[in-house]
Amino acid sequence: MIAEHLPALQVVLPLVAAPLIVLLRRDTAAWLVATLVSVAAFGIAVALAIAVADAGAISYALGSWPPPWGIEYRVDALSAFMLVLVAGTGALVMPYARASIAAEVSGHQVYLFYAMYCLCLAGLLGIVITGDLFNIFVFMEISSLSTYVLIALGRQRRALLAAFQYLIVGTIGATFYVIGIGLLYLVTGSLNIVDVATRLQDVTEVRPLLAALAFITVGLGLKLALFPLHQWLPNAYAHAPSVVTTFLAATATKVSVYVLIRFYFLVFGHAFALDGLPLRSLLVGLSAVAIVAMSLVALFQPDLKRMLAYSSVAQIGYITLGLGLANAAGLTGSLAHLVNHGVTKGALFLLAGGIAFCCGSTSIADLRGLSRRMPWTAFAFVVAGLSLIGVPGTAGFTSKWFLVEGALENGQPWIVALIVASSLLAVAYVWRVVEAMYLVALPDAPAPAQASTAASMLMRASTAVSVALTVVLGFVTAYNVGYARRAVALLLEGIS
Amino acid sequence: MSAETIVVLAPLVPVAAAVLAALLHRWPNLREAASVAAAIMLIACLVALLPSVLAGARPAVRFPEMLPGLAIAFEVEPLGLLFALIAATLWLPSIFYSLGYLRANGEAHQSRFFACFALSIASAVGIAFAGNLLTLFLFYEALTLVTWPLVTHHGDEEARRGGRTYLALLLGTSTLFLLPAIVATWVYAGTLDFVPGGILRDRVSPGVATLLLLLYAFGIGKAALMPFHRWLPAAMVAPTPVSALLHAVAVVKAGVFSVVKVVVYVFGLDAAGADFTPLVTVAAFTLLAASVVALRADNLKRRLAYSTVSQLAYVVLAVALIAPLSVVGAALHIAAHAVGKITLFFAAGAVYTAAHKTRVSELNGIGRRMPWTFAAFGVASLSMIGLPPTVGALSKWFIVGGAWQADNVLALAVVVLGTLLSAGYLLPIVHRAFLRPAAAGGAAHGEAPATMVVALVATAALTVTLVVFPDVPLALARGLVAR
Repeated sequence: MIAEHLPALQVVLPLVAAPLIVLLRRDTAAWLVATLVSVAAFGIAVALAIAVADAGAISYALGSWPPPWGIEYRVDALSAFMLVLVAGTGALVMPYARASIAAEVSGHQVYLFYAMYCLCLAGLLGIVITGDLFNIFVFMEISSLSTYVLIALGRQRRALLAAFQYLIVGTIGATFYVIGIGLLYLVTGSLNIVDVATRLQDVTEVRPLLAALAFITVGLGLKLALFPLHQWLPNAYAHAPSVVTTFLAATATKVSVYVLIRFYFLVFGHAFALDGLPLRSLLVGLSAVAIVAMSLVALFQPDLKRMLAYSSVAQIGYITLGLGLANAAGLTGSLAHLVNHGVTKGALFLLAGGIAFCCGSTSIADLRGLSRRMPWTAFAFVVAGLSLIGVPGTAGFTSKWFLVEGALENGQPWIVALIVASSLLAVAYVWRVVEAMYLVALPDAPAPAQASTAASMLMRASTAVSVALTVVLGFVTAYNVGYARRAVALLLEGIS
Repeated sequence: MSAETIVVLAPLVPVAAAVLAALLHRWPNLREAASVAAAIMLIACLVALLPSVLAGARPAVRFPEMLPGLAIAFEVEPLGLLFALIAATLWLPSIFYSLGYLRANGEAHQSRFFACFALSIASAVGIAFAGNLLTLFLFYEALTLVTWPLVTHHGDEEARRGGRTYLALLLGTSTLFLLPAIVATWVYAGTLDFVPGGILRDRVSPGVATLLLLLYAFGIGKAALMPFHRWLPAAMVAPTPVSALLHAVAVVKAGVFSVVKVVVYVFGLDAAGADFTPLVTVAAFTLLAASVVALRADNLKRRLAYSTVSQLAYVVLAVALIAPLSVVGAALHIAAHAVGKITLFFAAGAVYTAAHKTRVSELNGIGRRMPWTFAAFGVASLSMIGLPPTVGALSKWFIVGGAWQADNVLALAVVVLGTLLSAGYLLPIVHRAFLRPAAAGGAAHGEAPATMVVALVATAALTVTLVVFPDVPLALARGLVAR
């Protein structure tokens, strides 16, 4: 009985939890509810993924209104993969949030953080699971509005500016998206993804479709921080509370990429979407600039969180690059990198949060001699940094492998050169931090106040799990590469 | 215990030693004892594999797939076993030498040193046993990363700069050239396994094969072909035991070993259509140019480093001739150079520890104060030049034979000229040490601590022993070209 309604529960559970938390108001209770909901959502996502792997795609008619009239929730190989990523990130950061949020957010706002987090989680999961174009917009607004608040919770006043910046850009992005689906609705008279895709096959007047494609690409490009539409991201990541940065870095941009992939392959069809407009060369070109230029910018950032933020823009470039390559290997690399980068960057931001928690600063100059003060954190940073570089034996390597393979299969060796050159830049910016941590002693470094409370133990546990994942996923690739390949099979089958 | 179990166990032994080194931080003697025990166990493991591998068996282990169709896999073949044996055998004296050196010079972070040292050996064994290119690449990169803390051991500005050059060149070449070459091999050949006879034959056009060959040769930066050799002199900021074991044995030999392995098992001895002339030319140039630099270097470790660059080029040159005899010579030279060069570095470190001297020009008459050290230095120099009664003569014999076999007069001339140059940069040191009068004044000193002297005499003795009993290395080297 319950199993049948899991797709609805996936979204409803965190959605209901948000007002409940506002009613409870107590910090501990709020945290407990948010954590339980995150863990439950992760459980549901895993259950759905298993069900999809066993029995194929699940279509769930919300309120029993059959699609295309009612809203359909659709769980297939691709969305199950994303649900696990989003819910898994939530379940991983919530134990960490207890101590970190208490330290970084003003006391009377703590319960609001948990409420907003639950809304954001509901929004992101909703975007992934829904099979309805307008419903995607609704969930996108839920997640975006809560994200603005989450970013604004940052302690520095600059967080407000960062949130405002993201608010403007995000709103433009969402508006473009609505214009795009408006055009699609105009042409097909439907909003259900499967239905729209079927009806589009008979459409002969392509001009409005091209306009829709352009609007949707730009709108989602803003949300996923596709270079050069990334300006909002570094500020937002640098000034938001650490937990928020981690959660957003691992999920929000990834979900936007996911929507874009769905549009290209499952709505418009690959041939039309990538060749109707010169999107193939556009995506490859912009991604190529992103992975090299943004890595260079990262190299010169004085602050750890900002450096990681710019690195994120570069890494998103890898993901869109695979999309532009548009062959099986490239797409596998893209989708695998959604997980690999999510896990890796998540781990790095959790570590940065831990450093901020103990030392009160994430400026790279203040990291000098950190290997003495926080040996485990410093070592974990090296491990996660290796995955960011893409050293074999880490998660980051597997996606890089497929991207290089995809570029070679397309006969584009210059892309191979760019990919490997950008990993070298990653070596440079990661090693700048490693050198500071290990090779420069700070003469009178005060030992950090090791408040070894239960809450900070939870922080360490979360961080340890995420760092361990960056290595485990480098060797056991069934859950990143394996699922990515299954999803790619679905995408390429969807090519009309 | 089955051969397969030993294959899995062998790389884990040094990993265990690394963990113990970290855990036994407070008890230095116990910590070093653990390393010694591990070295002996590792040698025992490798010796146990010897009979079956010589008999033609190839003990193999496959782990679950890492990428679709690509698994981490070990397969022990003669060359790999030879390389692993060299690394393990020389690890043992290095431990004794290191403990003498580190304690006499009051170095910090000794536990970190021994742990990273053991991990380097584990990576080297992983490279030696690699059954496909992916596994080789994995351990190759691991070796770069675990040796970085050793190179930057002193933590000062000079060490940081050296460490940066080290990482930039080694990771740079492997990422820019080696990884694309491996992925391209995967795309063209559909496999990355090491197969006797090669996997590229009939799969690629001659032009692509030549391009791939160059990508491999330069991508394996640890082989120190010019112009990507500068990491090796830069790595000399490390404490001398590191220079000795890693930058004369484990790391650089991992480089030339990988080149030999790729040539023999990816291209095959019939070359898969690739044109080897560019590689021969680059190796010949590196061989001579590095010798000339060594001739002019006054800093002893720098001179030895450039000598290493030049000697590595012998191995690459020999294998690039792809004549059966020269490939045997390449394999033997990996062994011959290892025992010779480690002795020379041991001696350089002993001089630094006992007399605090680092320059060749300061060594006048020092042989009379440190007779054991410089006797060993002399013997190792003979091996380096390729004179009997040392093992260097054996490998050079095969290389020269291979040059004849390949009908390559140019290579022959280069080898002869290189030999003269190596005599030119090594013998004057021996001459100074024994025959020039010592400069007046200077603190009185004798030999370095006993553990160091014992280690360097042992490795010097090995250069002679290997000529008297060449059966094992020779059989392994021949196993490489036997079908």
